Amino acid sequence: MSHSEAEGIVSSPWSGGVAPFAVNSKKLGMWLFIVSDTLTFTALLVAYAYVRLANPDWPRPFEIWPAIAKSSAMTLILLSSSLTMVLGVAAANRGDRKATLKYLGWTMFFGLAFVIIHMTEWYTLIVHEKVTPWSNPWGPPLFGATFFGITGLHMTHVTIGVVYLAIIAWGFKKEKFAPIDVEVSGLYWHFVDLVWMFVFPMLYLMSVNLKG
Amino acid sequence: MGAHAPAATGPQHSDPTTHGGTTKLFLTVWVWLLILTGIEVFLAYLRLPPILMLTILVGLSLIKSVLIVAYFMHLRFEKIGMFLTLIPATVFCICVMLLYFFPDSVRLMNMRP
Repeated sequence: MSHSEAEGIVSSPWSGGVAPFAVNSKKLGMWLFIVSDTLTFTALLVAYAYVRLANPDWPRPFEIWPAIAKSSAMTLILLSSSLTMVLGVAAANRGDRKATLKYLGWTMFFGLAFVIIHMTEWYTLIVHEKVTPWSNPWGPPLFGATFFGITGLHMTHVTIGVVYLAIIAWGFKKEKFAPIDVEVSGLYWHFVDLVWMFVFPMLYLMSVNLKG
Repeated sequence: MGAHAPAATGPQHSDPTTHGGTTKLFLTVWVWLLILTGIEVFLAYLRLPPILMLTILVGLSLIKSVLIVAYFMHLRFEKIGMFLTLIPATVFCICVMLLYFFPDSVRLMNMRP
């Protein structure tokens, strides 16, 4: 092996002492968490798709009002929160602290609005429609189990995301956190948005009441 | 960041590779996401067979997720090695899950009288 060839190996990105992916370790860690959480949600959604397709008696209880209107509004809200989040990350990276906090505030507001609307949706189903994870008035009990299981896990993620963003906003305001921390929290938030892009059509739109 | 750049370390170090994306680009992606969502809601009111409906809706959701991951999550602007490490393995695992479950769900449906 010539000297120049040996030098090439020693200075490669994989020879140690450098970051081959050229990303901050926190960012890589969040990406790996997102991959694992993707598989969790995928397992739940694939299991749901299985029982949904295998069961021709699957209930279709969701009318335009309130369920489809509310869930569509929730989709708009989450997509808008992703827009404000990405604008917040851009503001953080250019060093505009005031704009970053403003966009983080809007993102948290949208996140809270999503959770509140979702809670009213759950309230209608549980109290008025008598749907529980174990039973419902329309037939297969798995409807309630899959609906509350998947939307509940997603709502938990949104709630944790709002708390996470509040901590990041506080730390960024106090100059304890760097722009990379805002960006990493943004990755989590966009992932929560991404999951809803599958939950909304699969759980709500596949159960639209066509007779209404 | 070149091959000889130092590894990013403490919390006060911002990521020097963070770049890409303008407000106009993000707004365009957001509008497309809304349009695709509108198409999904419209499709829900067509009387399509469940398996066809599910396939179309999941297909549209996949397009939406690609837009979110590429632009909002900035993966489009990261090094190709990052993409190759994260995405193919995830897609492979998801495909294995689908391979196990989907054919069986359709079999059960077809067995009904």
